[in-house]
Amino acid sequence: MSASSAAPEPSRLSEALRRAWDSDLAYSFRRSKVTMLAGAVTLLFIGSALFAPWVAPHDPYDMASVNLLDAFQPPVWVDGGDSRFLLGTDDLGRDVLSTIIYGLRISLGVGFASVFFAATLGITLGLISGYVGGTVDAVIMRIAEVQLSFPDILIALLIDGTLRSFIGPGAHANIAFVVVISAISLAYWVQYARTVRGAIMVEKNKEYVEAARVIGRSPAFIMLRHLLPNVMGPVLVIATISLALAIVTEATLSFLGVGVPPTQPSLGTLIRVGNDFLFSGEWWITIFPGAALAIMGLSVNLLGDWLRDVFNPKLR
Amino acid sequence: MLSFVLRRVVQSVVVMLGVAMIAFSLFTYVGDPITNLVGIQTSDAKRAELRETLGLNDPPPVQFVRFVGRALHFQFGISYQQKRKVVDIIAERLPATLELSMLSVILALGLGVPMGVYTALHRDSWLSHLMLSLSLVGVSLPTFLIGITLIFVFAVQLNLLPSFGRGEVVHLGFWTTGLLTASGLKSTIMPAITLALFQMTLIMRLVRSEMIEVLRSDYIRFGRARGLTNRAVHFGHALKNTLVPVITITGLQLGSIIAFAIITETVFQWPGLGLMFIQAINEVDIPVMSAYLLLIACFFVIINLVVDLLYFAVDPRLRVARPTAVGG
Repeated sequence: MSASSAAPEPSRLSEALRRAWDSDLAYSFRRSKVTMLAGAVTLLFIGSALFAPWVAPHDPYDMASVNLLDAFQPPVWVDGGDSRFLLGTDDLGRDVLSTIIYGLRISLGVGFASVFFAATLGITLGLISGYVGGTVDAVIMRIAEVQLSFPDILIALLIDGTLRSFIGPGAHANIAFVVVISAISLAYWVQYARTVRGAIMVEKNKEYVEAARVIGRSPAFIMLRHLLPNVMGPVLVIATISLALAIVTEATLSFLGVGVPPTQPSLGTLIRVGNDFLFSGEWWITIFPGAALAIMGLSVNLLGDWLRDVFNPKLR
Repeated sequence: MLSFVLRRVVQSVVVMLGVAMIAFSLFTYVGDPITNLVGIQTSDAKRAELRETLGLNDPPPVQFVRFVGRALHFQFGISYQQKRKVVDIIAERLPATLELSMLSVILALGLGVPMGVYTALHRDSWLSHLMLSLSLVGVSLPTFLIGITLIFVFAVQLNLLPSFGRGEVVHLGFWTTGLLTASGLKSTIMPAITLALFQMTLIMRLVRSEMIEVLRSDYIRFGRARGLTNRAVHFGHALKNTLVPVITITGLQLGSIIAFAIITETVFQWPGLGLMFIQAINEVDIPVMSAYLLLIACFFVIINLVVDLLYFAVDPRLRVARPTAVGG
């Protein structure tokens, strides 16, 4: 990335917006219809997750408003559908659309948190590994190599299972979140570390780094203020791609029954619970959360692919 | 070459010891093994005696060495839940998982390679575009959703295929197979497709990009200049050179298939190792969990070692280059 230091003044906000609109990134975004669609869908999902209490037609976890007599209502367009429940209701009479919107919250929340911690861990280790080198580098990279030879989802599952048994089955629900997020973070740090390390190896011999060293900057300062901004591009790409992975991993863990606590269901939990009703004909309880998960995974993936192509045309 | 192999072997042993350490600490620090062994009426004196005879009062390093020694003899203890030897449970479940995995690998290769070749040779045909878009969907969709969708369509709606279990199995000595009965075969179809789909798309994309790369190279152009038929160029020269990375990746994917089998087995209630592991997590059945951990780690270490060695066998150039550059 080039050193664009000319920060726009607040009075020239429209000028800055115009420049952002004309930038390569925005241009290639406007050019690709698929990417625009994916972006819109992703925004829609994130938006409805953020504003769930206002967007969702019902509050599915407010016991006062849920009526057991409404259980197993099919979607509106099927015979016997109730106009109050667009996508039908589940076994407890909760509106499926609302549970999906609230579930999105959990799914996206866990996804973002996992990506954040994985990125922090990976970037830190990558910086240290690349800048310090020597034995530290060798140890970190060996660990990364070993972990890379296992599939991410298996690593997450194994860490999750192990942590879970250490904590015990009767633990508080909030700990379950911590367990899931740490399991996913620990499964996905490697890519960041390897990418950052590679970029640092190239950057650290450049003149500006040497200059910073000469004027007596500490290694930590050089790493954070000089090197880190220059390697953020690829990190952003990895973060977007691994957001999709993290969401799917969380859904998988929850589907297997070892993910987030059932009291705060994510999309994966909804699918697992609904799966039991697939055979008795209440397909909507599981198919709609499944479709939501699939659409979200695909959209975020498409965005990630597009970002990767923009930042790194060589990989195309 | 020799130093590389040695280094890899040492690395593998370190990994296995690390996993053994985790498995061991599960045993030691999760719950009390004695409580899981005896009834409520057992007196404290009896418990202390049992603790002493089982060596649970020894310092942890001594216990760890003993644990590793036992694991090397396949002694993983007795399941807390089923009160049977863990080895027996694993032996009973292993054929189901291996059979499913092998079928999936065959399916993934058998369909993935031809699809990859086709999309590389006919890059602009609508069929290629369709395959590529479908493969993107296949990669984005979580495995369990694919399984549920298949169950919904073929078991619930069309009522064609069974949705859970292995069907009737035939016992062949220590092995059980579902491939010899009609119900067994029917039960295998959906799980095998679910498990194969992700690998298939991966193999297809890999073959396609490798093939496009190879088709650009000089010896292909030379082959054409020599007047070889398209068929000879594509299949005699291009495909052959494409298959080197495909073999190694497929080898590495073998591990993934066994990992993804956990998910597929849960969706289809397939009585394999993966389902056993998930049940063990939910029941906090430590002996089963730790045995599975060790087993799967061992599997991966062996697969990776073999694949690394295969690199050398398949690609002579690597015997000269510095081995650390492999895999970059």
